Amino acid sequence: MTMQTVGRPTRPEDVQPLATGFASLTGGRGLLQDEALIFERDGWNKTGVDLPEADLDGSDLGDLARAAPIGLPGLSEPEAMRHYVRLSQKNHAIDLALYPLGSCTMKHNPRLNEKMARLAGFADLHPMAPVSTVQGALALMDRLSHWLKTLTGMPAVALSPKAGAHGELCGLLAIRAAHEAKGDPRRRVLVPTSAHGTNPATAAFVGYSVTEIAQTDDGRVDLADLEAKLGPDVAAIMVTNPNTCGLFERDIIEIARLTHAVGAYFYCDGANFNAIVGRVRPGDLGVDAMHINLHKTFSTPHGGGGPGAGPVVLSEALAPFAPAPWVVHGPEGLTLVEETVGEAAQAFGRMSAFHGQMGMFVRAYAYMRSHGADGLRQVAEDAVLNANYIKARLSGAMTPAFPDGPCMHEALFDDTWLEGTGVTTLDFAKALIDEGFHPMTMYFPLVVHGAMLIEPTETESKQEMDRFCEALLALAQAAKAGDVDRFKGAPYLAPLRRLDETLAARKPRLTWKPSSGVAPAPLAAE
Amino acid sequence: MRFTKDHEWVSLDGDVATIGITAYAAEQLGDVVFVETPEVGKTVTAGEGLAVVESVKAASDVYAPLSGEVLEANAALADAPETVNQAPEAGGWFAKVRISDPSAFEALMDRAAYDAFLETL
Repeated sequence: MTMQTVGRPTRPEDVQPLATGFASLTGGRGLLQDEALIFERDGWNKTGVDLPEADLDGSDLGDLARAAPIGLPGLSEPEAMRHYVRLSQKNHAIDLALYPLGSCTMKHNPRLNEKMARLAGFADLHPMAPVSTVQGALALMDRLSHWLKTLTGMPAVALSPKAGAHGELCGLLAIRAAHEAKGDPRRRVLVPTSAHGTNPATAAFVGYSVTEIAQTDDGRVDLADLEAKLGPDVAAIMVTNPNTCGLFERDIIEIARLTHAVGAYFYCDGANFNAIVGRVRPGDLGVDAMHINLHKTFSTPHGGGGPGAGPVVLSEALAPFAPAPWVVHGPEGLTLVEETVGEAAQAFGRMSAFHGQMGMFVRAYAYMRSHGADGLRQVAEDAVLNANYIKARLSGAMTPAFPDGPCMHEALFDDTWLEGTGVTTLDFAKALIDEGFHPMTMYFPLVVHGAMLIEPTETESKQEMDRFCEALLALAQAAKAGDVDRFKGAPYLAPLRRLDETLAARKPRLTWKPSSGVAPAPLAAE
Repeated sequence: MRFTKDHEWVSLDGDVATIGITAYAAEQLGDVVFVETPEVGKTVTAGEGLAVVESVKAASDVYAPLSGEVLEANAALADAPETVNQAPEAGGWFAKVRISDPSAFEALMDRAAYDAFLETL
């Protein structure tokens, strides 16, 4: 026979694992590349693109012609590709795993939405194209508006705000315009202690002073405190429902009644709409304005995959002040109200140069149509069921902040159960990273000590939630058993271990400066 | 030294009150990373915002325990906010205020009352 001599070993050697502290010779970690900033790469003296020499005698630029390098790295396509793919590998995404950040509604972004958004008839439009050529896009905006108004029971919607906080700004500007139109400018906005930080920030930005409303022991707005703080100088109240403790404000109708009784408007933060969509219409609760995070409830990408979109629905009282533009049916098809005259004479202005996030409108509308009204209702039901499953599974080991009764779409725990272990909420969250899970929202809402806020959304299967709960339960047991080092040094398996958040906040480095010899000096300002 | 339920402390020298946050508050906040102190000459009202303290966990308002006029703000906190953690009831003071009603000082909690209040939290 002919002896074959080019075989290779196919079994692992019987070698003991290396001691902890093993480091590779190059600093690499397996096939995951360490990656410098793109400006730190050696690309300064080259260009990654071959262009023919310009066949010109001279330039019309005269004195304006650039005399020094522009200061950009000249990467080739594979180098640029690898740079961004390596960065993307360091990111966490809903497409990789559970993303249980409370108050963020990190749900799956269906691929169907992406396919629809990439249709050339939507994706290739220019915002200044004549309206006669973009009737399909206007029809989509019109139908999206119809769905948003129907789901919320509100008569008007402004599509153009580009994020939740932008929507809050839009709502409060409409409220301010309404008060001013009555010749009754007011001073104060009331905000519960558990509110998203953007609520008081928005009110202050619009020029109001903010008064906090206390919370009851069961995590709701304190009606007595609200009543005491309401008065003729109050412009609006801003309430999130379900609130950031994951609880339904069961006195919401009374809150609206008290608010309206003093001539104030009721702004509802719609960040948690996912818990009630299809089940509750905010218009029926007395809400005057509410933003809807399309990137939460209606599944458009966010969390680094943005951009967001925050349409605002408005009540009859606020509708006249809605910002331009909006779609109307005219004799020659659909058209846009752009000028603040005629039916838009009282519009407070605009929130953006054009119409809003068209790509997000397409995705959100695809989500609505693919789910249908019954499907959206099931979204809310499943999201709430999932959160209660997690609350029930973890309540034996961790302490729920509000143990009585069910929660809505998110389960909130405090850190009572960590007392005496030496482990903090922060340590616990970091240890979750080692176990392969993105941490929950921590230390928010501020009204709960050492808060851990978990929102699974309807996306997760029971199997995945069990995997997550079992990791949390195992960690909880380790914490209670005194395995403190596991937590204090966590995450051990992340590329840069535990980062110094304090130093980063005290001495932030927000700009990159070339070290000498790395990059050409930027052009001097003239 | 007197205390409030919002965890501010006040010490009084004549009609000048020095104001800061208590050791309990500093510990609860965690590492302080930024302090916004009031402008000198500003008139402050008891119960309203005097300063803002920001930690890695949260930003919080510091309320004026007494009404008066701001005489001095602790400029050292701009570069060394960690002083609030290291010496909350001494070098970590926020502002000195000339108070309009010294009798209001006596109405605040003394150390024993504040300690008893902390026990209830």
